Amino acid sequence: MELHKLTALELAQKLRTGEVTQQEAVDTALSRIHTAQPDNNAFVTVDGPAFPAADLSASPLAGVPMAYKDNICTKGVPTTCASKILEGFVPCYDATVVERLSAAGAVSLGKLNMDEFAMGSTSETSYAGPVKNPWDLTRAAGGSSGGAAAAVAAGEVWYAIGSDTGGSIRQPAAYCGVTGMKPTYGTVSRYGLIAYASSLDQMGPIARSAADCAAVLDVIQGKDPRDGTSLDAPAGGLLASLTGNLKGKKIGLPIDCFGEGLDPEVRAAVLAAAEVLKACGATVEEFALPVMEYVVPTYYIIAAAEASSNLSRFDGVKYGWRAESYETLGDLYTMTRTQGFGTEVKRRILLGTFVLSSGYYDAYYKKALQVKAVIKKAFDEAFTKYDLLLTPVAPTTAPKLGESLSDPLKMYLSDIYTVSVNLAGLPALSMPCGFDGKGMPIGAQLIGPPLGDGMVLNGAHAFQQETDWHKKAPKGGDAQ
Amino acid sequence: MTWETVIGLETHVELATKTKIFCSCTTQFGGDPNTHCCPVCTGMPGTLPVLNEKVLEFAVKAGLALNCEISRRSQFDRKNYFYPDLPKAYQISQLYLPICHDGAVDIGGGKTIRIHELHMEEDAGKLVHDPWLDQTRADYNRCGVPLIEIVTEPDFRSAEEVISYLEKLRSTLQYLGVSDCKMQEGSLRCDVNLSVRPAGSEEFGTRTEMKNLNSFKAISRAIAYEARRQIELLEEGKRVVQETRRWDENKDATYAMRSKENAQDYRYFPEPDIPPLELSEEYIDGLRAAQPELAEAKRARYQADWGLPAYDAEMLTSQKALADFFEEVVALGTDPKQASNWIMGQVLGQLSTHGLEAKDMALTPPTLARLIALVQEGKLNRNTAVKVFEAVFADDGDVDAYVKEHGLEQVSDAGLVEQVVEQVLAANEKSVADFKAGKEKAFGFLVGQVMRQLKGQAAPAVVNQVLREKLSK
Repeated sequence: MELHKLTALELAQKLRTGEVTQQEAVDTALSRIHTAQPDNNAFVTVDGPAFPAADLSASPLAGVPMAYKDNICTKGVPTTCASKILEGFVPCYDATVVERLSAAGAVSLGKLNMDEFAMGSTSETSYAGPVKNPWDLTRAAGGSSGGAAAAVAAGEVWYAIGSDTGGSIRQPAAYCGVTGMKPTYGTVSRYGLIAYASSLDQMGPIARSAADCAAVLDVIQGKDPRDGTSLDAPAGGLLASLTGNLKGKKIGLPIDCFGEGLDPEVRAAVLAAAEVLKACGATVEEFALPVMEYVVPTYYIIAAAEASSNLSRFDGVKYGWRAESYETLGDLYTMTRTQGFGTEVKRRILLGTFVLSSGYYDAYYKKALQVKAVIKKAFDEAFTKYDLLLTPVAPTTAPKLGESLSDPLKMYLSDIYTVSVNLAGLPALSMPCGFDGKGMPIGAQLIGPPLGDGMVLNGAHAFQQETDWHKKAPKGGDAQ
Repeated sequence: MTWETVIGLETHVELATKTKIFCSCTTQFGGDPNTHCCPVCTGMPGTLPVLNEKVLEFAVKAGLALNCEISRRSQFDRKNYFYPDLPKAYQISQLYLPICHDGAVDIGGGKTIRIHELHMEEDAGKLVHDPWLDQTRADYNRCGVPLIEIVTEPDFRSAEEVISYLEKLRSTLQYLGVSDCKMQEGSLRCDVNLSVRPAGSEEFGTRTEMKNLNSFKAISRAIAYEARRQIELLEEGKRVVQETRRWDENKDATYAMRSKENAQDYRYFPEPDIPPLELSEEYIDGLRAAQPELAEAKRARYQADWGLPAYDAEMLTSQKALADFFEEVVALGTDPKQASNWIMGQVLGQLSTHGLEAKDMALTPPTLARLIALVQEGKLNRNTAVKVFEAVFADDGDVDAYVKEHGLEQVSDAGLVEQVVEQVLAANEKSVADFKAGKEKAFGFLVGQVMRQLKGQAAPAVVNQVLREKLSK
């Protein structure tokens, strides 16, 4: 039996029946990590329990080995955001999601590689080196949760927790052929997630099926008094509500997401997915969503502005890395931040500082907030007609390593289909829906209305009942 | 030329909540460095602020008392700057939509000061420089202590007006219970914006902002110094530079800290971690209905209902703790005038002797009420009572026990007094003769002799009565 090819729920079932022991599951994972890590560099820190002993009745996923993106605080385990500036930083507390998952019997095996401070779309801006795609080690795993997607795709863990500010769960999931979900903003507590852009950040699962994602969300969603933006909405019950039935559901295809810039193979695969959804009982209809034109600039202004403030605390004074030599306090700040942050992070801090500057605030940041409201309204209107929207996740499949670093603007533009979802605070999921001619996975995105997380998961679940794209595994990193 | 001084104030007030504005750490003053801290108030990566609702409540109460408009929709903003006492490198404050705005404070003499706004924010930590080791250490205990900043319009024309306003503000906030307003501990801090202009001019001159003003005295002196400095500059044909100046208490002068050219760009933007605040009418009405009676209203009531003189009413209401004490003594059945006399005389006297503020004294209302009752009932002579008061003041001693232990109970037994009077009359024939010859002074001498025999514990009214009876025989 190839344990690493099971879904998280399947493994949990075998743990409960005693067919597989917790130790066997952890050993399998550690052996896979040992084999795959030199190739894909998915982990930043491997830190598993020597003798796993989860309470197997704690949740449907109890005892299943998993890992966290390295921007999620784990008490006593280094958390670096894949940045030099947080070298040696060990949080003194657990993020709320970590607390909840631990209580649900999750067995963490460590911390996953990512773009530095989650800024990037390929996980190449990491201080720990780039993550490589398990399907083709010369290609990027996507980003910023590239380590999470690669580790799940390579069978190193059964699921992972990533974060998504503009597509950082969905896009790497698409590039690596796994399922990733960004829940409705406010449904998962951000307490303990080292912030990139606070109004857009949301954590979520990357796994091998929509059902696995539902089981994870059942644990991590729900009001947290430590996060003022967390919603007092009903949580739990997502896994139990998956029917796979889409009868009577209306799915909208925004034509603005299928035009110029979209790779024809990706286009064909996503349209084929629409046919499958039809076969599950849904009706599919094209409609216009012209606000798509504004989503990328709006996103980069808001995200950079918030990032410039959020990352100010990394100044070498209190924790993490500090420049070796400095004269004055000003020097300490300048040297530490100049040497401690990578190029992409500095680019966004500068951009954000600029758009918040006195004299430019109204023209950029304030305007961007106004456009954000317009974008949200456009989606709200779409959801008066449709239950779900279907789009590509990214315009292409995974690029070659190095390609994006040389052309950041192109990289920013490739976020077009995912960033709108964060601006509107919506739930959205990326599911594998085929391969291109080079054998690289293609992802389709299902977007739901606010708090329509169950609807999104059910759409994907229906699709995965009819297809087996999500069951495909890469050869790279395979121990066999 | 005659010059007019124009002043506006920015006052920071620490709120008296038990816990900090965005976490549940204590707000207690002092403590060993970094012992009143948690991951949230030290800005550890990944932590989030959650607003303490008590802070909102206190800010709205203060705004209502200062006759402000309360914003139905308000929000927090980030003020970004680097400094080691600010662990997040931004202060969570309010710029765009402050909680209260457009208020007014009557400072007496027909003068009203307009309030521009009142907003909520968090305090920063403290840096302690160790010159011996040439090291600077950060203490984050004060990080996240809630503040309100109250900004006035430039409506003051003198230091006296500024002090009247601050006294009124302090009294009001103390009455509300939202702050203890201790300048020495920094729970009330004041920045003074000052400019001068030719009397009668409508335009404002260039202003400077003065910081580090730690007492009313410092404020008065800094205003006098800075107005003089600016007038001298202008009279010499020079220019006033817009800048921040620091008051140096020891040198009695202000010094330039930074000019506007070097002013920081704080890059304010709405705080994404705290949702906008939406206040309902019910919430505001509820707080309005629960507002306590403030000094002015109490003063009027003391005069109207209890017939106290204006001066006494003003003194009693000058500190909330004193007014509360007074009202409790009255509530225990004491005649308000008697209670007032005792507080105005003895209580204030003892506070001054001990260098205490009313809210810090041990004496409780039942103790004073009992003492006054003993005098009223004729069981204690007034002079003795004052001595008893002085004895029990410091630790709120038991009045009855003290009187008993020291045998101070007043003699009102006419029989005993009669005996003593007869002895005294027999022993002082000359004085008796003098009295009968019309020398009223001799009567006083005889009273004194009787009192001496009775160790001062006789009721004066009884002594007078018995003596007059005997002498008229």
